[in-house]
Amino acid sequence: MSKEIINLTNVNKWYGDFHVLKDVNLTVNEGEILVVCGPSGSGKSTMIRCLNRLEEHQKGKIFISGTELNSEAKNINHIRKDVGMVFQHFNLFPHLTVLDNLTLGPIWVKKVPKKEAEKRALFYLDRVKIKEHAYKYPGQISGGQKQRVAIARSLCMQPKILLFDEPTSALDPEMVKEVLDIMIELTKEKITMIVVTHEMGFAKEVSDRVIFMADGKILETAKPEEFFNNPKHKQLQTFLSQVLT
Amino acid sequence: MKQKNIIQIIILFFVIAALGFVIYNTQQKIAAQNISSGFDFLQDEASFEISESLIEYSSFDTYKKALTVGLLNTLKVSILGNILALLLGILIGISLLSQNILLKKLCQSYVEIMRNTPLLLQLFFWYAIMNSLLPAPQEAISFAGTFFSNRGISIPWFEFSSFSWSYPKFKSFNFEGGYTLSLEFVALLFGLVVYTSAFIAEIVRAGLLSVQKGQWEASKTLGLSAWQSIRFVIFPQALRVAIPPLTSQILNLTKNSSLAVAIAFPDFVSVANTTMNQTGQALEVILLILLVYLTFSLLTAAFMNWYNKKISLVER
Repeated sequence: MSKEIINLTNVNKWYGDFHVLKDVNLTVNEGEILVVCGPSGSGKSTMIRCLNRLEEHQKGKIFISGTELNSEAKNINHIRKDVGMVFQHFNLFPHLTVLDNLTLGPIWVKKVPKKEAEKRALFYLDRVKIKEHAYKYPGQISGGQKQRVAIARSLCMQPKILLFDEPTSALDPEMVKEVLDIMIELTKEKITMIVVTHEMGFAKEVSDRVIFMADGKILETAKPEEFFNNPKHKQLQTFLSQVLT
Repeated sequence: MKQKNIIQIIILFFVIAALGFVIYNTQQKIAAQNISSGFDFLQDEASFEISESLIEYSSFDTYKKALTVGLLNTLKVSILGNILALLLGILIGISLLSQNILLKKLCQSYVEIMRNTPLLLQLFFWYAIMNSLLPAPQEAISFAGTFFSNRGISIPWFEFSSFSWSYPKFKSFNFEGGYTLSLEFVALLFGLVVYTSAFIAEIVRAGLLSVQKGQWEASKTLGLSAWQSIRFVIFPQALRVAIPPLTSQILNLTKNSSLAVAIAFPDFVSVANTTMNQTGQALEVILLILLVYLTFSLLTAAFMNWYNKKISLVER
């Protein structure tokens, strides 16, 4: 069951002179739900964006289900087929209907016939409870609905790994719950999830492990009970006292 | 309030008086020089040859027919030119954002050279180059059934009357069969396309850059290739920004085609000029030219506005 699917060894990254990721080491097992938290600017987003090569790491090694992420286009394309991502600002394609947003990837990347891709898209739209909006454009639905569409879009590619980059940070407070509910639903699947978030409730409730990052380093990794009840690192204690008030 | 109205009425009076003076004066001068006004001359025999035509024409035909020949020639070069300029411009516009430094620099130099030299000069240049570098028809360079000579380019052509392909062949003094594009036409088309595509490339580049970075990231994440991302995600969104300035370029190419006069391609302006010289009906002919280009431009603008509305984003 606990097969390793993601492995980061001494990963380093710089933006110019700024050292964003400092010797990051991390292994994630298949089906694991991992929450990454930490103050802003700590490198959380950069780390998960390195996992599907939206950012390049300059030192160290990253393996995704046995394939090394390097500059080889073949490897990158191979990995992107298995890794989905949900963005803070949804990044839906505004010129396409919700349904076309969902079928674009399956049709052109996975070569699924159009009929079947649409059937699959409607199935996932139903799962995120938004089937009635299939023929609308992204400009016509609310923020929470957009993020649910974005989740369904990633699911249509049937990924092994799903990355969430602060999926609820751009939402109005009353819409956060509808997105979190869908994500909690998702944790019952076999998909490996890495979630960068400030939603500590989500971390407590469903995560297998929580990671705390600060200044480009992973300072603490623990099971949620341990993480919240008995934080060891001083910076984490301060962070938690700020977040959990 | 009242004072304002009075001023406006006085200004209106002066404008009408000035117009009346111009019209009256023109009528007087025309009458004094014994020039008949009106468009009756269009039915007279043109008695000049036109070097190339899309329809049957001889010097015994009327001015009306001669002007139609010019009109069709203008349409031919404008339509073909716009299509080619758009294709080339889009290609270069995308290349301007390429990761390949060599390709990028090459396209940047192309844009800077082409858009920063006068079009008239370019037309003379291309015409002179083609005229002096291409061989006589006897020694035409042949390539894939196409012949390049200083008479023009002869290409294979599909003959609808016999429903078969016709290939150009050299017979004693000239090419027979196929379809021969005159050197003047080729030089004009080439000049217009090359010049306008540089502007279009910059518009396309700006359009592509206007699309948010997140759109690239989302399409990459889905596993789309760079080409697929451009085709399905980035380009359709860039088009929304690019359509209004692209419309201007399409109109520019059409109007610039009147520079054909300089290299002896018989476009509408060229034929109209000859007509004007022979008949002396300057006012009427200039009016016709204005009317023709205005119609072209308004039709193009109307179509582009319709298209722009059609592809605009649906908001709530």
